[in-house]
Amino acid sequence: MIDITDLHKSFGTKRVLRGVTLNIPRGESMVIIGGSGTGKSVLLKCILGLVKPDSGTIKVDGKDVTKVDRDAFLADFGMLFQGAALFDSMSVWQNVAFRLLRGSLKRPKDEARAIAVDKLRRVGLGPEVADLFPAELSGGMQKRVGLARAIAADPRIIFFDEPTTGLDPIMSGVINDLIKEIVVEMGATAMTITHDMSSVRAIADKVAMLHDGTIKWTGDVADLDTTSDPYVKQFIHGAAEGPIAAIR
Amino acid sequence: MILTPVATIGRSTLALLAGIGSVSLFFFRTLAAMLTPPFYFREFAQALITIGYNSLPVVGMTTLFTGGALALQIYAGGARFNAEEVVPSIVAIGMARELGPVLGGLMVAARVASSIAAEIGTMKVTEQIDALVTLSTDPMKYLTVPRVLAATISVPILVAVGDSIGIFGGYLVGTGRLGFNPAAYLKNTADFLEMWDIMSGIIKGAVFGFLVALIGCYHGMNSGRGAQGVGRATKSAVVSASVMIFAANYVLTELFFTA
Ligand SMILES: Nc1ncnc2c1ncn2[C@@H]1O[C@H](COP(=O)(O)OP(=O)(O)O)[C@@H](O)[C@H]1O
Ligand SMILES: [Mg+2]
Repeated sequence: MIDITDLHKSFGTKRVLRGVTLNIPRGESMVIIGGSGTGKSVLLKCILGLVKPDSGTIKVDGKDVTKVDRDAFLADFGMLFQGAALFDSMSVWQNVAFRLLRGSLKRPKDEARAIAVDKLRRVGLGPEVADLFPAELSGGMQKRVGLARAIAADPRIIFFDEPTTGLDPIMSGVINDLIKEIVVEMGATAMTITHDMSSVRAIADKVAMLHDGTIKWTGDVADLDTTSDPYVKQFIHGAAEGPIAAIR
Repeated sequence: MILTPVATIGRSTLALLAGIGSVSLFFFRTLAAMLTPPFYFREFAQALITIGYNSLPVVGMTTLFTGGALALQIYAGGARFNAEEVVPSIVAIGMARELGPVLGGLMVAARVASSIAAEIGTMKVTEQIDALVTLSTDPMKYLTVPRVLAATISVPILVAVGDSIGIFGGYLVGTGRLGFNPAAYLKNTADFLEMWDIMSGIIKGAVFGFLVALIGCYHGMNSGRGAQGVGRATKSAVVSASVMIFAANYVLTELFFTA
């Protein structure tokens, strides 16, 4: 459903993506692993058109993303940003219901609020949070509000950029279950970036390892522990020794 | 190196031209966004309050004191050729044509260009602008258009109010300190002030308001990364908005008053 072919992206002289080729089938949960600063977030942003790739093609449903109607295209997507990216000028529920309060999905205010409160409950936040402002929340709570906003309009394709970073193990478990549920129940296609190996095992159907600007390994989550790929082995064991330099 | 100063001049000239180019592009993108739906009315109303209404105190204080000082100066200057009686009319003409719009514009540049650039710049570095896009909302329509429109509409009104307060400042000083007869002062003001004096200042105000908000949004949207990037964007917004006000003021004055 998402086909990325030979994607390149540099910032100045820094070559971040150097020929990424990756396919994500419909209804599957793909997890991208890789060291920090390797371009995982940039990859997601390229698919969404937030960052313009230097070369390469990205197709969603067989259609080149640079040639589709942007509004219709984005209406299918939900995105959780690494830093949550909540709008600090509006309350939590208005953040979650942002899409439901304007544009083509606009609906009455009470209805939008009810949906927002329900989505907040699904990410483990009570209704008392709805009227707070993002600045009044802890980092982990902001992350979960961002997650609620990403799923508010029931998108077909969802991107999660480090959904469990900064959460306690119990909350991580709740979020992992939620992501799995969204993929299974709603039949959504998900792409998740994470460093958290328990998350990988909980939510992935497929795993791809990004390093040095290319996909070094991709396969089923079941093969993660048996692969002989040195990059994956080093990463999942958190070893300082190996092909991935500790200084980068 | 002997050539270093030349290279520096060359480099800054190129940077300046590139800057003018990208501001112009931003200007046309703003116009395009203005002319196509949707229009975010709530954001517009909010911007009217923060840009227009909340600027009233600063603009009022600035013009009040300037009107008073102007009356003192013109009185002193006029005394050199026995023309002290020109105080009311020169205060009024000076305020309406020049000082009202320029001072109003500058105060708005200080207050509004900075806050717009800082707010939008922070949104940019915290990925809120990216988030808007993924939520099917065009940041140009949602952030830039309401602010630019609100400033274009509200700064002329601020100028009109500032003119009146400035003239009132002159009146207070004229009647309180310089011994003018209150009724004569008002009559003199009304007799010599022409409609075009006021209108030209108000048109200037609209242009300045437009420029200030446009430049604030431009620097915010193009903010560098991190807190330092936002700081730099804010500083650039205030400096370039102020310089643009002076430049535009000269151009408009040429257009309006040389025939
Ligand atoms: N807008 C940008 N401008 C310049 N450099 C960027 C930009 N976005 C990302 N980078 C650089 O690209 C690299 C990859 O970033 P990112 O995708 O955020 O890494 P991660 O894999 O941790 O998500 C980093 O070195 C970062 O500094
Ligand atoms: Mg990242």
